[in-house]
Amino acid sequence: MFNPSKIVGLPVSRIDGPLKVSGTAPYAAEHYEPGMLHGAIVLSAIATGKIRNIDTSKAEAVPGVVKIYTHENRPSAAWWDSKWQDSVAPPGSPFRPLEKPHIQFDGQPVTLVIAETYEAARDAASLVTVEYKAETPETNLHTVYPNAYEPKKKRSGIQPPPKPRGEPEEAFAGAAYRISAEYVMEGEHHNPMELFATTVLWESDQQLTVHDKTQGSQASRDYICNIFGLDPDDVVVKNAYVGGAFGQGLRPKHQLFLAVMASLDLKRSVKVEMSRQEMFALTWRPSSLQTVSLAADADGMLQSVMHHAVQATSRYEDYQEVVVNWSGLAYKCDNAKLTYELAQVDMSTPGDMRAPGAATGVLALESAMDELATEIGMDPLDLRVKNFIHFDQNGDKQLTSKALHACYREGAEAFGWSERSAAPRSMRDGHDLVGWGMATGFWEAGMAPAEAKVRYAIDGKVTVSAAATDIGTGTYTILAQLGAEAFDVPIEAVHVAIADSTLPTTGVEGGSWTAASTGSAVQIAAEAVKATLLDMAQDMENSPLGKAKPEEVVIRDGRLVLDVNSQVGIALSDILASKQLSSVEEPGKAGPDMLQMRKFVSYTHSAVFVEVKIDEQLGVIRVTRVVSAIGAGRILNPKTARSQILGGIVMGIGMALHEESMIDHRTGRIMNHNLAEYHVPAHADISDLEVIFVDEHDDKASPIGVKGLGEIGIVGVAAAVANAIYHATGTRFRHFPITIDKILESQLKHA
Amino acid sequence: MLHADAERMAIPIVITLNGRQERLNVAPWVTLLDLLRGPMELPGTKKGCDHGQCGACTVLIDGQRVNSCLKLAVTLDGAEITTIEGLGQPGNLHALQQAFVDHDAYQCGYCTPGQICSAAGLMNEGHAHSREEIRELMSGNLCRCGAYTNIADAIEQVMGQRSGKSYKEAAE
Repeated sequence: MFNPSKIVGLPVSRIDGPLKVSGTAPYAAEHYEPGMLHGAIVLSAIATGKIRNIDTSKAEAVPGVVKIYTHENRPSAAWWDSKWQDSVAPPGSPFRPLEKPHIQFDGQPVTLVIAETYEAARDAASLVTVEYKAETPETNLHTVYPNAYEPKKKRSGIQPPPKPRGEPEEAFAGAAYRISAEYVMEGEHHNPMELFATTVLWESDQQLTVHDKTQGSQASRDYICNIFGLDPDDVVVKNAYVGGAFGQGLRPKHQLFLAVMASLDLKRSVKVEMSRQEMFALTWRPSSLQTVSLAADADGMLQSVMHHAVQATSRYEDYQEVVVNWSGLAYKCDNAKLTYELAQVDMSTPGDMRAPGAATGVLALESAMDELATEIGMDPLDLRVKNFIHFDQNGDKQLTSKALHACYREGAEAFGWSERSAAPRSMRDGHDLVGWGMATGFWEAGMAPAEAKVRYAIDGKVTVSAAATDIGTGTYTILAQLGAEAFDVPIEAVHVAIADSTLPTTGVEGGSWTAASTGSAVQIAAEAVKATLLDMAQDMENSPLGKAKPEEVVIRDGRLVLDVNSQVGIALSDILASKQLSSVEEPGKAGPDMLQMRKFVSYTHSAVFVEVKIDEQLGVIRVTRVVSAIGAGRILNPKTARSQILGGIVMGIGMALHEESMIDHRTGRIMNHNLAEYHVPAHADISDLEVIFVDEHDDKASPIGVKGLGEIGIVGVAAAVANAIYHATGTRFRHFPITIDKILESQLKHA
Repeated sequence: MLHADAERMAIPIVITLNGRQERLNVAPWVTLLDLLRGPMELPGTKKGCDHGQCGACTVLIDGQRVNSCLKLAVTLDGAEITTIEGLGQPGNLHALQQAFVDHDAYQCGYCTPGQICSAAGLMNEGHAHSREEIRELMSGNLCRCGAYTNIADAIEQVMGQRSGKSYKEAAE
C-alpha cells in the first residue's frame, strides 16, 4: 500500500448524495425519449395449471394500445436452457416469460401490453381476461418436507455441507447437557423501494441502450445477448442508480426480457416497470425448517453439533444456499453432522436475499446456543466465549483474522451486558417485560475477479472506471476515496465511472464482494499508473528519480517524489508533458488468491446485543436497543459502512418480528403482496442502534485489507431478538417471524 | 404526449409546480405521481407502491405532505405543488437535503425524496416535539435500506436549527 490512509478510512459523505437528495439521480425507469412506449404486465391468477384462453379484444380496443404479447404470439428467443442461465443461476431450467401456456407460480407474467402511454397500457392490462385450467398447487413446505432431497447438482459457488466429523450422535447421547429444537422460518421478499424496471432505448435492430434495475450491468447484457442473439458490443446496459436490491437484482428479471423483446419487435424504445404486487412473484428468501441439536459437557464445552435444514425451492430450479455449514465452523466442536436438503414447492425460484443462507442457518444455530446456555445455566455470552475457535474445522483451514473476541468485549461493554439478570421475566420497566439477548454473526469474506482502469490526467483529474454497481452500498464513494488517496488529490477531482456494461469486467454486486474486489482492482490499477509515470520520469533527462524503485516513490501534491524525501521528485504534469501526453491510463485486475485459499479462509464476524420491551397485556414487542460490534477488516468509509450495518440490523429486526410472505396454501397464492400487509420495519419500529467496528488487521482477505460489509449486519440479529424475547417472556419462540399473535398466546399461558 | 382519446377527455388545469405556473390538459385518470414522472419528466418523485403505502411519492401540496400516487391530477386545479426538485438542487440544497447528506440518511436514495418532502411537511405541521414523535409521524415513509436512525438525526438537527434552540426545549 502507498500513501497510508489520508482519505481512505475517513467518514466521507457520499459523492452521489447531492443528486440523491435532490431527485436528480436517475433510476432505471427515469430515462425519457419522445415517442417511448410503455408496457404493463398481466400476472397469472393461479399458481399451477394451464392457460386455456386469453381474450385480449377489450384490451386491444383501448386507444393507444400498440401490441399485446402472450405465449401465442411471443417472438422467438433462445431454445437452450444454457442461453437463459444468468451468471448466478442455480442448476435447472430458468423461467422463460410468455413461452408456454403452463403456469408454474402465482403471479407469473402471462401477457404484456404495450401502449403509447403508461395509463393506456395499465388500463388495457386490466381488461385482459385469462381463462385457466387450474391444478392443485403445493406451496406448504411442511407438506413437502418428506420429499426433501439432497440437490444432485451443486450451485456454483455454494459449498455443500462438509462430511460429518467425529461421532456426533454418540457424543450427543453421552453429554451432560443437551438440547434439540426445530426452527421454522417463513419466506420473505426483498421489497427494495424501487420497482424493477427497464428502459430500452432502441437505436437499430442490433443496437440498444438499456437502463436496467440490476446488480450487474454485464450480467443483464449477457442475458439479453444470449437470449436474443445480439452482439455484446452493440448492447450497452447501464444501472447508474439502483433503488435497493438486497439480492433480488442479482438475476435478470422478466421485465428486462419483455422490454427488450418488445423493443426489438416494434423497433421502438420501450419502458416496462413492475407493480409492487409483481415484485412478490420474484426471487424470495426461501422458507425453511431446521433442526439443531447441541450437546455440552459439564463445563459448557460443546460435545456435539448437529444441524439439518430443509429449504424450499421451485419445481424448475434447485436454488441452494450455505445454511448449515456455519454451525460447523462457528465454535470449537470435534463432533459435527451438517445436512442440507431441498423440497420443491409451486412457487417461483427463491434467490439470494441479504446474507443468503447465513441469515437462515445462523438464526437457528444462535437460537439453539441460547437454549443450550439456558439448559446449562450459563451466561449466553460466556458459552460463546468458552467455545471460541480461531480455526475453520469444516475445511481444516486457518482464518485470515477473527477479531470476534473484541466484538464480544466491546459490544457487551457498550450494551451493559454485565448488568443482565439471568432469569427470564426478571427484568421489567413498568408494564413492559424487558429482555436482553445476544448472538454471534458470521459471513464469508470473499473476492470475485474484478477489473478496473485508472486514468490520471495532466490537469490533476483522476478517473476510476469499472462495471461495478452501487446499490446504495457506497461504491461510488469508496472508489473515489481510493482514487483520491492514490494520487493525493481531493475527492472532488476524482470521477467514478461505474454502472455501465462497457467498462472493465466485474462480477455482480453481491456477496459483500465489491469493496474488496473492485476496490483492490482500482488500487492495483492506480499502482500501475504510478509505475508508468515513474518509467516516464526515468526517461527524462537528468531525472532526479533515475534509480528509484516503484515502491520508493509516492505521489504528493501533484508530484512524483521519493517517499523518504519529498524534495526529490518531478511534477506529474511535467512527466506527462515530456511524452506529449494529456493523460495516462492503466488497467488493474484483482481476484481470489487460489494458492492462499488452500490454507486460509476468511470470514467477517459480529456480536449483536438486543434489548426488547414487551407489553405484558398487549403483547406488543419493541426492539428498544441494539448494539452490533463488527469485525470486518479495514473500513474504507466508516460513514457508509455504518449505514450498511444499520440496514442489516433493521432488516434483521424485520426478519425476527415482521416479515412473512403469507401464502394461501389452498390456492398457492401470496396473500399480502403489498407494503401494507407485508410489513417491513418502519420509522416507529426502530429505536436506538449502535454500530461498533472493532480493530481488525487482515493482510490476506483482500489486497486492500477489506472484508466486505453488505451481509454481516443482518446475520445474528433475528436470533438475538428471539433470545431477548425468551429472556423477557420465559417462552421460547421458534417460529419466525415472532408476531404479536404468538406472543399473546404465550402470555395467556402465563396469566 | 397524450394520446388522441386522452386528449379528447383531457381537462385543463393550472397548477404552480415548483414555483412555475403550468397550464396542463390532463386525462382524468392520471395521478399526480404519473403526471410528474411521465409528461413532466420530474422523476425525483418516486413510485414505490402506487397504493399510498410506502411514502416514496410524497410531495408538498399547498405546504402539506401528500402521497402523490393517491391524487388525481385533475383535482389539483389551482394548487401549489413542490416536489423534491423544487425544494433544492445541488449547489443550493434545502437544509433538510444537506442534513440528509451529512447524516448519511439514505443508502440507495430511492425513498429519499419522499422522506425529505415528508420531513418538510412534518415541520410545517409542527406536531413533532420529540425524537419519538418524529419517528411516529415519519412512519408513512418506508426505507428498506434501514436508514431510519440517520433520517431521524437529520430531521432532528434541522428542527433544532429552525427553532433557534433545541426543539425539545421549545416544546417544554
